[in-house]
Amino acid sequence: MFTTIIETLSNWAIPVVIALVALFAICKKVPVYTVFTEGAKDGFSTAVMIIPYLTAMLCAIGMFRASGAMDWLCAILDPITSLVGCPSEVLPQGIMRSFSGGASEGLLTDLLTQYGTQSQIGRIASVAQGSTETTFYIVAVYMGSVGVSNARHSIAAGLLGDLASLLAAVFLVNIIWY
Amino acid sequence: MMNYIWVGLVVIAVIAGAVTGTMEDVINNVFTFAEEAVNICIGLIGIMAFFCGLMKVMEKAGICDLLAKALAPIMTRLFPDVPKDHPAMSAMVLWMASNMLGIGNAATPFGLKAMADLQTLNPTKNIATNAQCMMLAIGTTSVTLLPVTVLGIRASVQTEGAAEIIVPVIIATTISTVVGIFFTWLFQKTKRWKWENVIEKEIAAGTLEVNDNYMGDSPIVLPEGYVCKIE
Repeated sequence: MFTTIIETLSNWAIPVVIALVALFAICKKVPVYTVFTEGAKDGFSTAVMIIPYLTAMLCAIGMFRASGAMDWLCAILDPITSLVGCPSEVLPQGIMRSFSGGASEGLLTDLLTQYGTQSQIGRIASVAQGSTETTFYIVAVYMGSVGVSNARHSIAAGLLGDLASLLAAVFLVNIIWY
Repeated sequence: MMNYIWVGLVVIAVIAGAVTGTMEDVINNVFTFAEEAVNICIGLIGIMAFFCGLMKVMEKAGICDLLAKALAPIMTRLFPDVPKDHPAMSAMVLWMASNMLGIGNAATPFGLKAMADLQTLNPTKNIATNAQCMMLAIGTTSVTLLPVTVLGIRASVQTEGAAEIIVPVIIATTISTVVGIFFTWLFQKTKRWKWENVIEKEIAAGTLEVNDNYMGDSPIVLPEGYVCKIE
């Protein structure tokens, strides 16, 4: 029920907003078409501006992913996360979440197929995946789009947020279902 | 920090590749991901153009001002350095709204527009302002009512109970966003990351670049004889 409502809302929101904006603007005597095309020009340069930043970040993450270093990272972090009741099977996906959206989705699919969507592992992994964003990707794209290279504390804060979402996923799933 | 992370990822990858014998995969991924990065950006051009056009219409029609005014109480607390009627405010509101509804395609253009607007308030070209860091804290921890991708993956494995994770996701993402905002707020006061300190450090290193398009009222005062070593 809740899902259908939100899904409908998601599908309707943008088209309805587009129509309302256009209508409202024309009533306000804004030359809609001319203004629209003028604004659209900026879109091109922004998209192209991101390329070097995203390439640098994605290639480094790609190398890291292929090298098998993830297993090492998991081995280091496992004793800490298992203290709070996080199953070690979830850890690779939980860590990958911060680096690569595509890779963590792949790992989530594996976990769900292997353990089932309604298992403890499957639920924790799903909640952790859905409740945060790919920190490195977001920082590279948004900071890159304006040419900012010193992101200051963004990465640190983003990673702590990712950790919080993983821990919250563990606690919530254990409280709700176990 | 970005520099260290990048070097760390690359060096660790090569060492691990050497130890575990995966060097071939490591180099193959450089090519694959370089291509993917460009594909993502090229794919973004069209949708960026569309939503930037729409934003411009909203701006001209005065809708952005209305939106910013309505949410001013929350936004001015999160972004104290941004004037409450600044175009960045309404762009950020639209960005968060489309994120919440899980419309990623619309969210990115709004977010990039917001970032560009925030950059006009950045006296430097290359250092993120407190407002930009705060915006990304909200972005990286995500605000969502409908985790579209996860629901899709779950449903493709098993339809039954696919949606049962929605409520915990909403709670968990709220927690992560609060944590992200809290640490951003905390970190921007620390010696290492405080705006003034970062400026000072970059001036000393000669890496600070002044933003020629700065539209605020407190530009960076460079010491006499400052030579920027970039370019």
